[in-house]
Amino acid sequence: MTNQAMTNPVLDISNLVVSVGKKPGGNKIIDGISIQVRERETLCLVGESGSGKSVTSLTTMGLLPKGTLVPTSGSVKLVGEELLTATDRRLRQLRATQMAMIFQEPMTALNPVVPVGRQIDEVLRAHTKLDARARRKRILDMMEQVHLPQVERIFASYPHRLSGGQRQRIMIAMALVLEPKLLIADEPTTALDVTTQKQILSLIRELQRDHGTAVLFITHDMGVVAEIADRVAVMRQGRLVETGPLEAVLRNPTMEYTRNLLASVPSLVPRPPREESREPVVLEANDLSKIYKERAFFGKGREVVAADKVTLTLRKGRTLGIVGESGSGKSTVARCIVRLIDPTSGGVRLAGREIADISRRLLQPHRQKIQIVFQDPYRSLNPRVTVGESIAEGPINYGTSHADAMKRARELLELVGLPADAVSRYPHQFSGGQRQRIAIARALALDPDVLVADEAVSALDVSVQAQVLELLDEIQKRLGIAILFITHDLRVAAQICDEVVVMQHGRVVEQGPAAEVLTHPKEAYTKALLDAAPGRDWDFANFRPVAEGVGATA
Amino acid sequence: MLGYLIRRIFAAVPVMGVVALFVFLLLRLTPGDPAAILAGDNATPERLERIRESLGLNEPLIVQFITWVNKLLHGDLGTSLISNLPVIKMIGQRVEPSISIALCTIILAVIVAVPLGVIAAWKHGTWIDRFVMGLSVLGFSVPVFVVGYILIEVFAIELRWVPVQGFKSISAGFGPFFERIILPTCALSFIYIALIARMTRAAMLDVLGEDYVRTARAKGINEVAVMMRHALRNAAVPVITVIGTGFALLISGVVVTESVFNIPGIGRLTVDAVLARDYPVIQAMILLTSLIYVVVNLLIDVAYTLLDPRIRY
Repeated sequence: MTNQAMTNPVLDISNLVVSVGKKPGGNKIIDGISIQVRERETLCLVGESGSGKSVTSLTTMGLLPKGTLVPTSGSVKLVGEELLTATDRRLRQLRATQMAMIFQEPMTALNPVVPVGRQIDEVLRAHTKLDARARRKRILDMMEQVHLPQVERIFASYPHRLSGGQRQRIMIAMALVLEPKLLIADEPTTALDVTTQKQILSLIRELQRDHGTAVLFITHDMGVVAEIADRVAVMRQGRLVETGPLEAVLRNPTMEYTRNLLASVPSLVPRPPREESREPVVLEANDLSKIYKERAFFGKGREVVAADKVTLTLRKGRTLGIVGESGSGKSTVARCIVRLIDPTSGGVRLAGREIADISRRLLQPHRQKIQIVFQDPYRSLNPRVTVGESIAEGPINYGTSHADAMKRARELLELVGLPADAVSRYPHQFSGGQRQRIAIARALALDPDVLVADEAVSALDVSVQAQVLELLDEIQKRLGIAILFITHDLRVAAQICDEVVVMQHGRVVEQGPAAEVLTHPKEAYTKALLDAAPGRDWDFANFRPVAEGVGATA
Repeated sequence: MLGYLIRRIFAAVPVMGVVALFVFLLLRLTPGDPAAILAGDNATPERLERIRESLGLNEPLIVQFITWVNKLLHGDLGTSLISNLPVIKMIGQRVEPSISIALCTIILAVIVAVPLGVIAAWKHGTWIDRFVMGLSVLGFSVPVFVVGYILIEVFAIELRWVPVQGFKSISAGFGPFFERIILPTCALSFIYIALIARMTRAAMLDVLGEDYVRTARAKGINEVAVMMRHALRNAAVPVITVIGTGFALLISGVVVTESVFNIPGIGRLTVDAVLARDYPVIQAMILLTSLIYVVVNLLIDVAYTLLDPRIRY
């Protein structure tokens, strides 16, 4: 280790400033940051949205949108060579050969109309003089190194034929095929399921060991940091807050911001269970199924079972979590329960009334008893309608006068922690967290018995996420509302749910009290999920490994 | 793929059936005696009777329709009331000029417009972009006959490089064919260049913001490859749609150009038929135009599946 620490940095960024536009007075997006990454080292660049971590990586690659963001001072050196003043031609030569990058969204980062093998081949054709045979051999070899199955078949496949994890492996193969000195990974596992994430993280580590690559790893997820980092650099609003070795930063963060950031990470250890409820059941799903049929012109159509005989109950004032990976059917169940889509079979009882098969018209009076909050607050509010009108729309539809509904909207905004005069403003004037509060206020406007939160905090930064979770908890205590909470994030589930339902492939795998299921899972799948949760060994909020905490309290 | 093609061709049958029914009823449902309409104002009673007989107007409507469709399927589109020639023969004589012009126009338009659109998108916001967009506004706003007469004035009358008007079949040799078709092609392609360039630019701008374009740049390949291999292929679907429908429009709607350059194409045939109330010819032209649209749409859809592997039917 000491030997490696002595080597020169592969990437050396010093006093980098990136501004908006070419004029000297422009807003500084990056304001004087300095970081180094050495051979065989992984530096995690952590920060919330808008902290400038992605801009830092794009500056290094020379991929900033031309003319809008401009590096105005400082230097970025790759193995001693200055990149900020390098010509476009030189930067093109360096890309893929000396520095390579993988991106967050494997679903969109590959060209959909070119087979993946050819996309990797392009790198070799641009940078080497190898003949077709040698290139193919090298690509297949690299694809094996990233542990892709049936490499010959995948070589000729189009991206949409591959899973998210496989596509990210292709991206990694493409990035590392020429053995660059530096790999920049920008949130490479954020869009993946936890089990896939775990595999990709260990793959990056394995390849780094074999090739000696320096890795600049960008993430917002402290769990991932704990898994992969050697050193950590915390960024906030374009500045470097704190940097140091992993253990030191997690155990003894020196800056207030880092402490808060770590303290916001929800613990994987479930909160102490609330006493069992004797309140009435407000929502029941019985053998709820949703089957999508693909019609075919000739022969039989294909059937996709999105939800298979799901049964669950939710009592007044309680929170039931549905957890699972993408494609597990958790959102399908939520949407069937709210009747945004019609279930194929099975029943839904809402406040004692069966609503699974009644007509849309008869359903109308029952709609107000169940309301939903969606994942992306940037898209779930109509941008051309004021916040007040959005919130008041529901009550007005159910006969409240406009004046009363607006009065109620003001009260609700205060309930969710926003100023009452926000009613006359538009969604774009609010941050993501504030918009999600507005979405919650909108759902509460109809006094529902059940609030369905479909990944309602997944798009938010951890500090904001913690606030919104707290808000939901508080609202539940005050209004006695029941919450159906859909999430892929076990940490969030552990902190807000009384009971959880674990789903996989449309089926319920395991269900029970959160404290039970998330600490002593019975089913192999639940165990695998928990095992894959990144940073499961760390108790971030208490600045210590989980094991030490257990030792201390015992 | 083959299964899809067969399905699509079968799906076109009812469409053509409805068109045929419409065309059939066009004559029968117009108020008055169809035979009197066909015969014109100064017909003798004998002539009327002859027409009635030839159309089978004394039979029930359904029998008439079946007989008519049966004739259609055997290539009998009736006889022109004006020239007394079989309609199929009249159209046959006129098809070559129209298809030649349409093909040449669309080829020229694509060759000019697609690169213009790509460059405009690549240099988005610069003077090049504004220049191309300015040209495209010009192309939209100048009527085709104005362009046509200017071209004739400059290249045929002043410079005497090419004949003023007319058409020579390609079987008469490429030279004569080319020198007569170049001006109408240029005149007609103006608006299509404008349309396709605009469409290409818009589609390219959409695609250039995509993640895979950033990935392509991160690979260190040059900008030309980024534009052509990664961006243009993904932008192709809307562009192909415009090219296809443009082509269909061209075949049936080049009346003005054919008049300006005195070309005996199907556009002028249609206009003449309408003016003379030559019903059999009008009917045939409606059928032909619909068939062209159906075929072109089929070709567009097939092109989609070739361009984008995600599109499967």
